[in-house]
Amino acid sequence: MNKAATARETGAGQPVGEAHAHESAHLHVAGAAQYVDDLPELAGTLHVALGLATRAHARVTAVDLTAVRSAPDVVDVLTAADIPGLNDCGPVIKDDPILATDLVQFYGQPLFAVAATNREAARHAAVRAKVTYEELPAILTAEAADAAGSHVLPTVEMARGDAANALAGSAHRITGEVALGGQDHFYLEGQVSYAVPCEDHTIHVWCSTQHPTEMQHAVAHALGWASHQVSVECRRMGGGFGGKESQSAQFACIAALLAVKTCRPVKIRLDRDDDMEITGKRHDFRYRYEAGCDEHGRLTGLKLHLASRCGFSADLSGPVNDRALFHADNAYFLGDVALTSVRGKTHTVSNTAFRGFGGPQGMFAIENVMDDLARLTGRDPLDVRYANFYDPDPARGRNETHYGMVIEDFILHPLVAALEKDCDYRARRAAIAQFNATSQIIKRGLALTPVKFGISFTATFFNQAGALVHVYSDGTVLVNHGGTEMGQGLYTKVRQIVATELGVPIASVRLSATDTSKVPNTSATAASAGTDLNGKAAQQAAAAIRARLATLFAELKGVPAESVTFAGGEVMSGAERMTFADLVHKAYFARVKLWESGFYKTPKIHYDAKTRRGRPFFYFAYGAAASEVAIDTLTGETRVLRADIRHDVGRSINPAIDLGQIEGGYVQGLGWLTSEELWWRPDGRLMTHAPSTYKIPTGYDCPPVFNVAFHENENVEDSIHKSKAVGEPPLMLALSAFFAIKDAVGAVAPGQPVRLDAPATPESVRRAINALRHGDAA
Amino acid sequence: MSHRPIAFHFRGATVEIEGLAPGTTVLQWLREHRRATGTKEGCAEGDCGACMVVIGELDAGRLRLEAVNACIQFLPTLDGKALFTVEDLTTLAGGSLHPVQQALVDAHASQCGFCTPGFVMSLWALYENRVAGVDRDQALDAISGNLCRCTGYRPIVDAALAMHAAPRVTLDRAHVIAALQRLAGLPDLEYTAHGRTFLAPKSLEAFAQARLQHPAARIVAGSTDVGLWVTKQLKDIGDVLYTGGVATLKSIATTGERLEIGAAASLNDAYDALIADHPEWTELKRRFASLPIRNAGTLGGNVANGSPIGDSMPGLIALGASVVLRKGAAERELPMEDFYLAYQKTALEAGEFLRAVRVPRGRNTPVLFRTYKIAKRYEQDISAVCAAFALVLEGGRIAQARVAFGGMAATPKRAPACEAALTGQGWNEATAMRAAAALARDYQPLDDLRASAAYRREVAGQMLIRFWHETGGAREAAVRIEDLAPVAAAGARA
Repeated sequence: MNKAATARETGAGQPVGEAHAHESAHLHVAGAAQYVDDLPELAGTLHVALGLATRAHARVTAVDLTAVRSAPDVVDVLTAADIPGLNDCGPVIKDDPILATDLVQFYGQPLFAVAATNREAARHAAVRAKVTYEELPAILTAEAADAAGSHVLPTVEMARGDAANALAGSAHRITGEVALGGQDHFYLEGQVSYAVPCEDHTIHVWCSTQHPTEMQHAVAHALGWASHQVSVECRRMGGGFGGKESQSAQFACIAALLAVKTCRPVKIRLDRDDDMEITGKRHDFRYRYEAGCDEHGRLTGLKLHLASRCGFSADLSGPVNDRALFHADNAYFLGDVALTSVRGKTHTVSNTAFRGFGGPQGMFAIENVMDDLARLTGRDPLDVRYANFYDPDPARGRNETHYGMVIEDFILHPLVAALEKDCDYRARRAAIAQFNATSQIIKRGLALTPVKFGISFTATFFNQAGALVHVYSDGTVLVNHGGTEMGQGLYTKVRQIVATELGVPIASVRLSATDTSKVPNTSATAASAGTDLNGKAAQQAAAAIRARLATLFAELKGVPAESVTFAGGEVMSGAERMTFADLVHKAYFARVKLWESGFYKTPKIHYDAKTRRGRPFFYFAYGAAASEVAIDTLTGETRVLRADIRHDVGRSINPAIDLGQIEGGYVQGLGWLTSEELWWRPDGRLMTHAPSTYKIPTGYDCPPVFNVAFHENENVEDSIHKSKAVGEPPLMLALSAFFAIKDAVGAVAPGQPVRLDAPATPESVRRAINALRHGDAA
Repeated sequence: MSHRPIAFHFRGATVEIEGLAPGTTVLQWLREHRRATGTKEGCAEGDCGACMVVIGELDAGRLRLEAVNACIQFLPTLDGKALFTVEDLTTLAGGSLHPVQQALVDAHASQCGFCTPGFVMSLWALYENRVAGVDRDQALDAISGNLCRCTGYRPIVDAALAMHAAPRVTLDRAHVIAALQRLAGLPDLEYTAHGRTFLAPKSLEAFAQARLQHPAARIVAGSTDVGLWVTKQLKDIGDVLYTGGVATLKSIATTGERLEIGAAASLNDAYDALIADHPEWTELKRRFASLPIRNAGTLGGNVANGSPIGDSMPGLIALGASVVLRKGAAERELPMEDFYLAYQKTALEAGEFLRAVRVPRGRNTPVLFRTYKIAKRYEQDISAVCAAFALVLEGGRIAQARVAFGGMAATPKRAPACEAALTGQGWNEATAMRAAAALARDYQPLDDLRASAAYRREVAGQMLIRFWHETGGAREAAVRIEDLAPVAAAGARA
């Protein structure tokens, strides 16, 4: 079924390129992999629960914590007034209180934290507070914020040419509106931090986080301390997906503040419902668009208005919405275009990073436009997509993005053509049309959609990384770097990279927990760039050690240093050879430095936020997927019957891990676009705050026919082993499933415009069908 | 009844527990008291499966192994049983990985790894219960109570299909059976700690007596709902009277006239019995809940809990089922629809309990029956709407119609206007359309997180239309999306 994973399993023996198991797989299956809550607890450890606001927008007029303090086993209570430093944990702008003071800005906002000798006691105590509020008017949705001019950040326009004029001169024109829901991360391991006060005003925090350095900063600021007083460590997360980039800070801070206040170890592990009520999610969007095209469906002008729900604070909403703008082209040359991005301030949880980071929301809009243009012109949506692709030939003037980046690596023509052929797109399209012609109740749909995703943090300075490689005198290797492991296989890939560089088996190389006291000033493990950045840094460190060892070997054996090679645990030159361990042993006695740091910064990238022009991305990762669905037009229920994917990972460092990212990304995206619905009560309380009410895909939802292939090629840029980032891009492959559903809905009334809002729940699908059948207002 | 510690088989020996509150969950005991941290907490409400453990029980002298959610099982319910966790598997395999674990490693089926121990235990139960291999449907059902956010499930299913290929590593069942037989000799459990008592009588008479003596005690069966009152609503549920110790409450008996399902029969066993008479229950069984919830949960619990969105009741009401209520030695029987008085309020009197559910068989059995569920997700979701339709046709006319819905009112409820529109009519599309329209007079549903009132009203009628298509309409219109394969490339219909 999935040939991609095994293609290189019998490869040439170098660790890089082989389908090695995840470095913790044997621990995962045995229940022996330690997550923060599994660490042995120190004596005297206290457990924390949070007191949450029960209004969406209100002045707090009184907080009576008497009953909380007097509850059994309670040791201490923390309020904003107890914070010695800065009561803020916002990643960019300081508008994110750790604990609310007199103003509540969303239902579920933490007001205080209670520490008790056990977790159940803390939870029972936390609900005993008496809080009185003076309610204020609440803005809850993206539309309401847009209409009210309520913004967390200023509106951003990104434009090229004269969109209004181009639209006026277009042969065909459409207007449209569509809504796209948010998504909870639903990492299986909820937010957790364990803070231990240490000697001389220092603290160590174990935190499930994608961003230990930012946690270090937030904790230091909250305590009023300097960075060198705080260390933050993370061996692994039970999933992150963006939800533990900035959102983990609040809990790291609360644990640290209470640890310092009580002089005891303090753990906070959120209950799932609290986690989902308190932490931010993927931004939901509302779009309005006006597009023009020629008779081939080729875009001749576009105006697109993107309004997002950011929640009560800015968090990462600036760069998330920027990335939506950067990806509003997806794979298509936009020509004359005017984009408007409105960043709505609402009295809801502060939305944040989530796999794709705005990219999926940008692509969703343009893929809707493509779909509408196909319906308008009566052409196959795939042909309309082909007609709009970037053209790699500069002579035809269709190779520059709307933000001024020239696309040098466009491979979607061959990639999509190969997928089209492999999945029998045309024949199946005909078979589906034939089926739909006679089937009144069940309709099938098919869609093939591409992905082009820019790799790099759009804030250029984040694109740096450090690593430490230690070779011990017995020849074993310990690696540490600034990236975090959330299941994506970063540690596994870096292990392979270092093992390859030193020519040792991967068993000789271990990774140690990410720790701000080892590699400092790290960037978040995000933007899919973990391996690109940390892999390069670790490779550089290992290469420096290898060069020193080669020099020693050359001296010992009387051979030229350039002739020395490292492979299979041996060092050799011609007939001369020695085990790596023996050479290391000798190197120690020869007083050769056996450890090294590495540092990497991504070349070529630059971006001017004022002119909105530049090259924000080092390269693009590409892919495409074809999904076939069936819908029940009576009820609106849907099912994905088959998915075919062709994805570009460059030269894969680990095909098994890359395959896992592709399949997992598709299914996670499928959940976002179908069953995962966030629903707020009219008073602003999120009611889908647990897996009983918020439905991520289960095994049944995985397409029963699921073919995944790599698009064999290598990165044109000098990335680590010519690989490409793979964390985020596959999520957007699931757009094919959404547009297949829309295709099936369209079969109810061929030729009519369709509006389908995401997620395509049974209710949303029925609404779309009703609009087609009865002309109901969508 | 006897005051004694909770006693169960764990790690090859008997463990005795005293002093812990009866509301302590199995998961809390494992993680916080035993520091056995392989079993994870993902949701504490029985929906994610990170906490999956396997429970061993004697069933007619054989060892029955079933996966359940440790997060909502109360510790005293383990009394007399065996508990297995992920840590036991490497012991079973002599210190190396068990074939289930190795298959997951080989298939690259873990990424973040947090859900993995739960999948291991669900698959281990399947492995132990199926000596030969398993197919994809069995694998999917086995993991229906496990959420994975990373892999997309394909490699996990592949591991399930491959796990039988390695040399077999099996549990020493004789050893466990011997241990459970020893535990079976213990007197009825009366466990008290922190001012709360947990009673687990073993005979029906003792249970009825305990019910009279403790009319305020909370009756608990699978705790798949009550567990959440404790873990989520932080409720003190007071004293507990546990049905799980009473063997006769688990019995399922069939006579010519009726099927009688004991209140403590698991949902799995109960549905198998229902399916034997009416295969139309098959899909609802699959979708009712995940396998571990069906293992732990009981039909009696579903019925007695009286939730407006319980999925068993519409079908049972449509089939004319009744409830058998017992108080002391006296029993009375009520039609199920009369059991529900108002939102979460039933006809049970103080000291009374649900003893069994009876479903009529034989001549009175409706000719046409369907029960359908609409939810955002196929597996393990709570219904937006659950419908059931049962018609008796005589001479081409509808002699009797019973229609019931969940999710449309404050209780599971029949649809008199719809039934009236059906009765006496020919079974045809026009009748179906009229009856669907009549539902508007039967229900005033609400907006909530699962669906809007408008959608509920609309889809309720659509379910009746589907019933028509499946039982009287064109065969082609009876196709379900669950049954479809992708189109064949050559253009032939799949």
